[in-house]
Amino acid sequence: MAAASCTLRSTPLPAAVGSPAARSLLAASTRPVRANQRCLVVKAQKRELMMWEALREGLDEEMERDPTVCLMGEDVGHYGGSYKVSHGLYKKYGDMRLLDTPICENGFMGMGVGAAMTGLRPIVEGMNMGFLLLAFNQISNNCGMLHYTSGGQFKVPMVIRGPGGVGRQLGAEHSQRLESYFQSIPGVQLVACSTAANSKALLKSAIRSDNPIIFFEHVLLYNVKGEVHGPDYCQCLERAELVREGTDVTIFCYSRMRYVVMQAVAELEKQGYNPEVVDLISLKPFDMETISKSIKKTRKAIIVEECMKTGGIGASLSAVIHESLFNELDHEVLRLSSQDVPTSYAYELEAATIVQPEKVVAAVHKVCGVRVAA
Amino acid sequence: MPALCAAPAAPLAATNRMAAPMASSSSRALAGARVCVPQRQQQRRAASMRVAAVASPVKQAAGKPGKAAAISPEEAAMLYSDMYLGREFEDMCAQMYYRGKMFGFVHLYSGQEAVSTGVIKACLRKNDFISSTYRDHVHALSKGVSARKVMAELFGKKTGVSRGQGGSMHMFDREHGLLGGYAFIGEGIPIGLGAAFQVAYSQRVLGNESDDRVSVNFFGDGTCNVGQFYESLNMATLYKLPCIFVVENNKWAIGMNHPRATAPSSVGDNEPWIYKKGPAFGMPGVHVDGMDVMKVREVAMEAVQRARRGEGPTLIEAETYRFRGHSLADPDELRRKEEKDHYAARDPIPQFAKFMVANGLATESDIKALEAKVKEEVEDCVDYAENSPKPDMSQLLENVFADPKGFGIGPDGRYRYENPGFTAGTAEVS
Repeated sequence: MAAASCTLRSTPLPAAVGSPAARSLLAASTRPVRANQRCLVVKAQKRELMMWEALREGLDEEMERDPTVCLMGEDVGHYGGSYKVSHGLYKKYGDMRLLDTPICENGFMGMGVGAAMTGLRPIVEGMNMGFLLLAFNQISNNCGMLHYTSGGQFKVPMVIRGPGGVGRQLGAEHSQRLESYFQSIPGVQLVACSTAANSKALLKSAIRSDNPIIFFEHVLLYNVKGEVHGPDYCQCLERAELVREGTDVTIFCYSRMRYVVMQAVAELEKQGYNPEVVDLISLKPFDMETISKSIKKTRKAIIVEECMKTGGIGASLSAVIHESLFNELDHEVLRLSSQDVPTSYAYELEAATIVQPEKVVAAVHKVCGVRVAA
Repeated sequence: MPALCAAPAAPLAATNRMAAPMASSSSRALAGARVCVPQRQQQRRAASMRVAAVASPVKQAAGKPGKAAAISPEEAAMLYSDMYLGREFEDMCAQMYYRGKMFGFVHLYSGQEAVSTGVIKACLRKNDFISSTYRDHVHALSKGVSARKVMAELFGKKTGVSRGQGGSMHMFDREHGLLGGYAFIGEGIPIGLGAAFQVAYSQRVLGNESDDRVSVNFFGDGTCNVGQFYESLNMATLYKLPCIFVVENNKWAIGMNHPRATAPSSVGDNEPWIYKKGPAFGMPGVHVDGMDVMKVREVAMEAVQRARRGEGPTLIEAETYRFRGHSLADPDELRRKEEKDHYAARDPIPQFAKFMVANGLATESDIKALEAKVKEEVEDCVDYAENSPKPDMSQLLENVFADPKGFGIGPDGRYRYENPGFTAGTAEVS
């Protein structure tokens, strides 16, 4: 039973939430209404949710819309999810649709793949994305490759989601960033949400997509508040988000690093810089339209990411930019990534392994030259 | 309360000398099989049934003539043809491999035909599911997948089941419920489990209460040490899924003899029995002579009926043997001649031919006619595969994603797949 076709919103560069452009976008995304009713619709839609609530709302909407959508994972049912994303949903949908699994990641990931092949649309949650290292066999071989090795006979319309990233002193194993490990797997898409709005809208698209989507949430972003869109708004999985339009330098980021970058930007603005900030959203494939347009404009690029430097998303992006946009660049691409170090428990060491706003400011100075504040 | 097993159309003959005579019809169905049931069930059934005597695994091929056959001549002919097809097909694969028509790792099933036929051909419907490992050609054939398409896949042609993209170890057929074909042993088991989950979901969530499809997983003795096997046994019982686990214990995992890789199955045991792992996970475990298609069929029927009735999973250990090496690249130097000869004497195909003749199900010339037909079919497959075209370059990227948007948006703002010639790999993907 395929999900009803949905017009995936391929919007041109969604503007930052809160801007005038975003509000008109919000209006445009709802069902067509008469012109004089538009402002009423916008007011009705304006709702602030925390990211976990936004994800939950998106999940609830999609489960209601399509009875083949189900969630499986550890403690997703009665416990409501370790970060409350499925809080209370089992009461509405029952224990089969919010399946509490035993602790056997490879097993239940494979079970999800088998269910997806035979007609369901499962969402498999990793309690922490790091745990999915145990499911790597199923994710790589079956989730990613099976559509190809079966000659296109079986599709795997799955979403693999969960919290990852560096939290607050959670220790090395709970602070992993698996996006870099998964990026070479053929046949999967990698998406990283960063705001309440895009988390809900992207999750809805991911659930409706016929491809396997690995959907990265961040442990520290679940309480981030923001406006969310209505039940019909789905965000394109392959497009980046323009967070801040600028001219001096393009700063690429994703997930929590968006906030680190914007913190740096607040400081940089005072110093007279005008950076453009692009949230990649789609870690694989890269949105080369947005990326190339931005670089052609600013001629300088900095990548700010939380995954390790070696073999990270930034490594791939940097290679792609140098290869395809070499003559558009005035400076080599700077890559700010986490150090190739297991994340320490101690606060100061942990802080030193990941990118801090000061580093971003320093990188902009390096690339654009130091300026005297106006 | 329904009978523990549905009585087959014709009364089953207790053809196995080894089993102690049984009282109830349910226990008759288990004649010839060694059964291990979870404690509670055992206590409940104690009054009505004695557990079958433990039979030595190394025994004479049974086939008591004179008793009423539990099978019709038509079905017997069908089973014989299926086994014979499996044997001839695999022999042809060996020939073709050495003639340079197929490459890579090819794992042949010769000798194990009774399991594939006895479980799949005899008991499953078209809309049931099976999953297998790399030793999957004959499972595909028994499930009804076109032998032509299997051979074409082995030749790497675009008319193959997987369009030439899968090869020997990745046979898939959506129409016949063949869920693969897996190179890493164990990774197909959760897949089959997922299909069973989907059936349970269909019944319990989507309201299709009469949906009684089952999913059967096939794998070997080596797989029984893989974690996913245990994870799947647990979930199958936990969620009471219509999933059947069939272990084809041919005693060898490449060069590892089963007892060298697997510890004894319980305290006080000297043997690494696999069927005993069933009750440890809350499901019946059954051991059966995998060289005897009638016995496999009997045991499989019971397990499949259980699953269809919603009573949950079963673990079947079929004692069997592969006549050839692990793969066509395996020199097969470690197995002793005595062992090979022993099992050659228990070859399931002549054994069943004898059974059919002895029970008036077929004459010698009937059997020869079936064989001739199969030989023709196999020749036809080879012709079909030979004359089929190779995959076009457009297949390079075509099936990577179900939704080709997954290749992303190019610098010109269009999705890459919209560029002509994209799937032939002429467009940059980075």
